[in-house]
Amino acid sequence: MDLQASICGIKLKNPLVLASGVLGLNKNNLLIAQRGGAGALTIKSITLEKRSGHDTPNVAFFEAGVLNAFGYCNMGLSAALEEFADLSCFSVPIFGSCTASNARDFAKLVSAFDKLDFAAIELPVSCPHTPSYGLLAGQSNVEKVRAIIKACRKETKKPIFLKINAGLPNFVEIALAAEKAGADAITCSNTLGPGMVIDINTAKPVLSFKVGGVSGPAIRPMVVRAIYELYEHLKIPIIGLGGVSQGEHVIEMLMAGASAVGIATGILQRGPCVFRKCCEELSRWMKEHGYGSIEELIGFAHQ
Amino acid sequence: MLTSRFERNRFVGAKIINVQSYGADIKIFEFECKLKAKPGQFIMLWLPGIGERPFSPTKTNPLELAVKKRGLFTKKMFELKVGDCVGIRGPYGKGFKYENVKHACLVAGGIGIAALVRLAETLSNNGAMVDFVYGVRKRDQLVFLERIEKVAELFVSTEDGSFGKKGTCIELLKRLLASKRYDCIYCCGPEPMMVQVLALCKHYNIKSQFSLERRMKCAVGICGHCALGSKLVCKDGPVFSGKTLASIREFMVHE
Ligand SMILES: Cc1cc2nc3c(=O)[nH]c(=O)nc-3n(C[C@H](O)[C@H](O)[C@H](O)COP(=O)(O)O)c2cc1C
Repeated sequence: MDLQASICGIKLKNPLVLASGVLGLNKNNLLIAQRGGAGALTIKSITLEKRSGHDTPNVAFFEAGVLNAFGYCNMGLSAALEEFADLSCFSVPIFGSCTASNARDFAKLVSAFDKLDFAAIELPVSCPHTPSYGLLAGQSNVEKVRAIIKACRKETKKPIFLKINAGLPNFVEIALAAEKAGADAITCSNTLGPGMVIDINTAKPVLSFKVGGVSGPAIRPMVVRAIYELYEHLKIPIIGLGGVSQGEHVIEMLMAGASAVGIATGILQRGPCVFRKCCEELSRWMKEHGYGSIEELIGFAHQ
Repeated sequence: MLTSRFERNRFVGAKIINVQSYGADIKIFEFECKLKAKPGQFIMLWLPGIGERPFSPTKTNPLELAVKKRGLFTKKMFELKVGDCVGIRGPYGKGFKYENVKHACLVAGGIGIAALVRLAETLSNNGAMVDFVYGVRKRDQLVFLERIEKVAELFVSTEDGSFGKKGTCIELLKRLLASKRYDCIYCCGPEPMMVQVLALCKHYNIKSQFSLERRMKCAVGICGHCALGSKLVCKDGPVFSGKTLASIREFMVHE
């Protein structure tokens, strides 16, 4: 079965994308996900300066998923420019991801990333657990998002993906403003919440930052609904992610309106081969149900 | 399913029931907690308010850990007393392979002993002949000598000559290799020492397995912080064959 997909003119051998923040710290990390069969790979979000992030524990677990609060632990822009200068070891498109506290810094990062061979640049404005970034920098505000996209649009011709948070009441407004300001796709969603897990033996929140973004199976219905709504309003394509770990979940996201589907927490459940496994399940299902291409599935639930 | 893929990673509470000190910088903690872990696997220990670190269980029922004072985390651990409670999750990673090994040599450097003491016992239970080479700086850092002597022939070196042979465990290993043949060499210790052991194994064409240590954050194979080349120490390791390590550039250049 041909699983070819495309997003903003970028051809993907399959619609599955490694989401930002998992196995994306460096090229060696990304190679693990490439071997696992991903159709595209997103790097861990880069900030202007190197950040050591929050203390451990950075992850907390519950029966339906994970909370994480790494706090944008990353190598910083200058090291990233070196690390990702040569992407010739990859056979799939690489998406850059960078984040900042304000439009000016976003633009600086995008201007630097423009010179690398990233197929697209993703801008998360939606992290729920890092002070001065994303939701904790007030980037749930439509005006702020508009300013960020406008500033970044001037710095690059590469496709810009805006990564939003499906948990916000105004997520459609944010996406529409981004589309109007020149964003080429919407990535939905970042982790939701934040949430908290308390260890009852020690009566302490597990995460050192106390709260963290929720990912995994628990958030999938919220994300599917958000993608469904975005699809009704937007002209630009959507990359859907949140709780995907099986072929059926991929189909659900595509039917809701996603053109490509990201996986982060699914790697914990099924290993880096989660991409290959999802592709196999997707192929089998499409064959059994008479679908000939990914294209046919996109937005199918809106009929 | 009561324990989902996620839930089995939750911390269980573990109360300290015994603490023993060895010299100024090693303590052995026993916890009111038991788990199933193969020799070579690790657990994550959480000190609320301080952080989380990986450790090799030196016993599993009850759980026992040997801790060497190094940074802030272990310094805080040294302040713990009987009755204090910590969080434990795991076990994680792949353990040592020991099936079909009849003659084994274990090489421990310093607190690397923690990853190997249970392996010696398991190998011996499986009927293998075990030689155990154990090197430390000075005498008071030696732990588990009685346990090891029960199951293996023990060769000790101290750098200051306060016990056993004066020198390093590499010298002891070289001597053994000159006259003996092993099916497998197992090693855990400081990385420069493991690099030397790997070179010896290559020279003598002996299979080998190494237990590596990296700063781990998630321990479940998603964050990527413990990567060694394109291997994840938390999932693909912490035990790697010498053959695998020889192909990872990042192992040789470490430190
Ligand atoms: C450990 C971890 C780290 C993450 N780091 C980032 C990040 O740096 N940038 C980002 O845009 N999203 C980050 N995310 C969010 C994921 O990309 C994804 O949007 C979210 O986890 C939902 O998808 P999932 O349910 O498949 O995990 C991270 C998620 C996890 C679990």
